[in-house]
Amino acid sequence: MAKRIEATNVTAYYGSFKAIENINLTVEPKTVTALIGPSGCGKSTFLRSINRMHEVLPGARVEGSLTIDDQDIYDRDVDVTAVRRMIGMVFQRPNPFPTMSIYENVVAGLRLNGVRRKSILDEAAEKALRSANLWDEVKDRLGKPGAGLSGGQQQRLCIARTIAVEPQVVLMDEPCSALDPISTLAIEDLMFQLKDKFTIIIVTHNMQQAARVSDRTAFFSIEKTGDPGRLIEYDNTQKIFSNPSQKKTEDYITGRFG
Amino acid sequence: MSTAVTTHRPRPAAQPATLRAKRLPWYAAPAIALAALVVAAAVVYGVGIGGPVLVVVLAAVLYLAGLFAAANAVEGRRSARNRTWSALIHSAFVLAVLPLASVVWTLVSNGFERLDGNFFFTSMNNIGARDPEGGAYHAIVGTLEQVGIATLITVPLGILCAIYVVEYGRGRFAFAIRFFVDVMTGIPSIVSGLFVLAFWVLIVSPWFNDGRPSFSGFAAALALSVLMLPTVVRSTEEMLRLVPAPLREGAYALGVPKWKTILRVVLPTALPGIVTGVMLAIARAAGETAPVLLVAGGGAAINFNPFENNQSSLALFVYQQAGDASRYAPARAWTAALTLVALVLILTIAAKLLARRNRLGR
Ligand SMILES: Nc1ncnc2c1ncn2[C@@H]1O[C@H](COP(=O)(O)OP(=O)(O)O)[C@@H](O)[C@H]1O
Ligand SMILES: [Mg+2]
Repeated sequence: MAKRIEATNVTAYYGSFKAIENINLTVEPKTVTALIGPSGCGKSTFLRSINRMHEVLPGARVEGSLTIDDQDIYDRDVDVTAVRRMIGMVFQRPNPFPTMSIYENVVAGLRLNGVRRKSILDEAAEKALRSANLWDEVKDRLGKPGAGLSGGQQQRLCIARTIAVEPQVVLMDEPCSALDPISTLAIEDLMFQLKDKFTIIIVTHNMQQAARVSDRTAFFSIEKTGDPGRLIEYDNTQKIFSNPSQKKTEDYITGRFG
Repeated sequence: MSTAVTTHRPRPAAQPATLRAKRLPWYAAPAIALAALVVAAAVVYGVGIGGPVLVVVLAAVLYLAGLFAAANAVEGRRSARNRTWSALIHSAFVLAVLPLASVVWTLVSNGFERLDGNFFFTSMNNIGARDPEGGAYHAIVGTLEQVGIATLITVPLGILCAIYVVEYGRGRFAFAIRFFVDVMTGIPSIVSGLFVLAFWVLIVSPWFNDGRPSFSGFAAALALSVLMLPTVVRSTEEMLRLVPAPLREGAYALGVPKWKTILRVVLPTALPGIVTGVMLAIARAAGETAPVLLVAGGGAAINFNPFENNQSSLALFVYQQAGDASRYAPARAWTAALTLVALVLILTIAAKLLARRNRLGR
């Protein structure tokens, strides 16, 4: 059920500031794509324009075209909430809903979209928690607050919450940057498993992580502060890390950047 | 990059040879306090001016000076400053609590006399100046109904208004609303009473009352609403702004529409703070006298109907009894004041418990 995403000349603004310019890339179904690049080069901005989260900020807008299986998600009669249900997102800092229990957090997406049946919710909760490798740790305390878990558990809870609505694409913005190495490994393992069902796009600052988990890697960069971010190179991960065709990419991944 | 590094690093301050430092013994502070008290008493009573209050004040000053000197001599300058500032902060706390404790004590000790069944279950109807009986039943009913109606009006209106301003409002209109809410915060209660008198009692109420203007508890509730609304809007606004943006985005990212995100994620997160704001507004409204006097008229008899005829309230009852010539009146005023404070306290505690229960804990 995973879908292909195609970005054509995507340009995004914050007010009058152009954050990214003319991004063109295609993400194949059931792959993991890593977005890498220095801070401020627009990786988050690009990621957030894929599920129309960019426009949540006042004055922010996107130009160009983004299609998911040939449907333009920026089409005028597209329902934003439908786009976001199809393209889920995991944030840098775990953000479980503080007033909800673990169980309620996982089924929040279903419940707030009108699913009432207890049996359906129970089944979805268990399935999502199992997929997120969290079931065994929380099955005895589903009624406890989600905020009472450790950072890594909270992040997996947020992943469970995201996949409980059965999206086709999962976007992750530096999902491990606030986590310890063991939780990070747990989430990387998770990505391997999720790849069977979902298309995954992940922003990461960790080169090894990009090399380990992704099939394809996109390298973003900026000329200098204030310039818009651009896509420098997009290729198979192996190629990017062993034999990049661009000098800038090589400088960045070998740590000789800037 | 090739220029030689010429900046002078500041040399690290001399490191202490040991981590241990001399400390005053534990009994030093109490001993200094005692000594200060004795010296202060000796000076005040020896010279023969002032009383116990001056002794305490002088003792406090002597204690601070003595503590600083002793700590400075034994423990060194930094520690002496630390001790003096801690002592000052504690004194400030005591100073702040003193009036509060004094108010509570005065209320309890004076209000105790009439704290009986008769007070809570009778009104002032047919109570003459020589009657020791008589109570505040009618006033309690009035306060509960007026504040209750005012709460029913302001809470939905105030919360919706705050949601509009924080979540939807853009540009001039939202700015205008915020500006007028700020202005409303400063409206004196007598002005809100006059407004309702002119608008509701004199212009609107004759339509329901055969052409004659009529006082009513509802009019008082309207006047109280005018006072409560800005407090509710402002505090809700602040609480909504405190809800972290990632929480909203987390809900949006699940495909939850904005209105549902506000209703099911943002409001529950902000609920405890909103409840506190509402309780502040209620406490303020329950203590208002002037608007009730102006538009509900007061009255000695029990009137359950807030839409017709005069009603009293606890605050108004206190005001009237305190100024009454009967020698039994002051006791009633004290007990009514105690009742009012207790009522607000109970409501606040109940509301906080409810808000807490809502926040998980099963
Ligand atoms: N909310 C915002 N308002 C204005 N500018 C922003 C905002 N968020 C990001 N930017 C700017 O957009 C550019 C790209 O940021 P971002 O996409 O967060 O980069 P990255 O995720 O690659 O570090 C940066 O120059 C940043 O300063
Ligand atoms: Mg980022």
